[in-house]
Amino acid sequence: MFIDIDDAAKGPDVTFHFEGRPITTRAGISVAAALLAAGETATRDTPVSGQARGAYCLMGACFECLVEIDGVPNQQGCMVNVRDGMVVRRQRGAAVVGP
Amino acid sequence: MQTADAIIIGGGMVGAAIAYGLRSRGLDTLMLDEGDVAFRAARGNFGLVWVQSKGIDCPEYAAWTRRSADLWPDFAAEMADLTGIDLQHERPGGLHVCLSEDEFETRRGQMMRLHNHAAGAFPFEMLDRQALASRLKGLGPDVVGGSFSPLDGHANPLHLWRALHTGYQARGGRTRTEARVTDITWRHGTYRLATTAGPIEAPKVVIAAGLGTKPLAAMLGLAAPINPLRGQILVTERAEPFLDLPLTWVRQTGEGSIMMGDSHEDVGFDDGTRWDVLAGIADRARRIFPFLEGARIVRAWGALRPYSPDGLPVYDRPPEGDGAFVASVHSGVTLAAIHAGPLAAAIADGQLPDDVSVLKAARFHVH
Repeated sequence: MFIDIDDAAKGPDVTFHFEGRPITTRAGISVAAALLAAGETATRDTPVSGQARGAYCLMGACFECLVEIDGVPNQQGCMVNVRDGMVVRRQRGAAVVGP
Repeated sequence: MQTADAIIIGGGMVGAAIAYGLRSRGLDTLMLDEGDVAFRAARGNFGLVWVQSKGIDCPEYAAWTRRSADLWPDFAAEMADLTGIDLQHERPGGLHVCLSEDEFETRRGQMMRLHNHAAGAFPFEMLDRQALASRLKGLGPDVVGGSFSPLDGHANPLHLWRALHTGYQARGGRTRTEARVTDITWRHGTYRLATTAGPIEAPKVVIAAGLGTKPLAAMLGLAAPINPLRGQILVTERAEPFLDLPLTWVRQTGEGSIMMGDSHEDVGFDDGTRWDVLAGIADRARRIFPFLEGARIVRAWGALRPYSPDGLPVYDRPPEGDGAFVASVHSGVTLAAIHAGPLAAAIADGQLPDDVSVLKAARFHVH
């Protein structure tokens, strides 16, 4: 389980949605951290093997925390701060880029 | 004093392939790798196993390339059996897309030259826009056509590099990392190497050290003018498969990433990136496939590749002693199969293949 150890650094309450579920947290933390704190540890399926994956390095290197944010796929959850009203979904497989 | 039948200086794509081939032929081999301080072309590859455009004015190099591409399917299967690593090799043919009529006509001339020198062994087609559009969906309006050769393919270069090392070790080959060679001397049929990991001796030494090749070859009396040439590459997020064959500048990997290349920059030993060059690469890819504009870039890098003045490989034997070999190429992925096979077999026998005798460094020396 993940515990908040950095109370003072964060701002006002914000509410975002993950797979339709409202999650209230505070401004100033990343999407990946907010999801972990809310118990969401599997936030994507890899397009290679289909396995469930979740945030790992939390510093922009591993790309395990990919999610869809406001309709844009493959966003690094650890590199984006939560905003009020944000709509986050699991990244399922690969993006559709082709013609 | 550590000894071996053969020392291979360089654990990159070329050194590892030759070391694997020598070990597979029973030699007691020791591969020396400088470590991650080295400029590693082997981790910057685009991953083409490419025939069209190689050796347009050097039929021997064109034939050498074709032969390696022909050996690749069996080589990839051997690697998968031995190491369990899938090289993701495919040979669906490859396309070079032309963005102007001038480019198209120049390309036609180059392909004709390759074809005429190959006695029928280089099949290709020039495809006009309509023919190209029947194979590739979503082409941009600037595309006028392209050249297709069924001999081309692609593979995963990182899997290849790892498989060469894994396979080499599985067959009992020895590796020494953090071993930078500082001196080589030859006496009484033996090469003695001074290295940061201590002295080593062997009757045979292969210099396949990428950008370290020039100073090392010079220690044995061979002037090999091999200098860095930078190439930059962009990689996107993983995407649903949309491209089933590689293009010179765009390919989709086995995992779905889209790779875009490449550049050729003479910037010395600077392996960084420049936004204007990367923007040019992205723009060219977008002119081919406008929908790529929506793909998110996840990585970009620059890599220094060893380059000779005419862009062709250097395979040679330095004059000091009779057991030293030099191998330096720009296309370590395409040539991996022939390096692990016929080249290693010849070196094990103490010679270079006749096929590559025109690729000695003497061609650069004006007397």
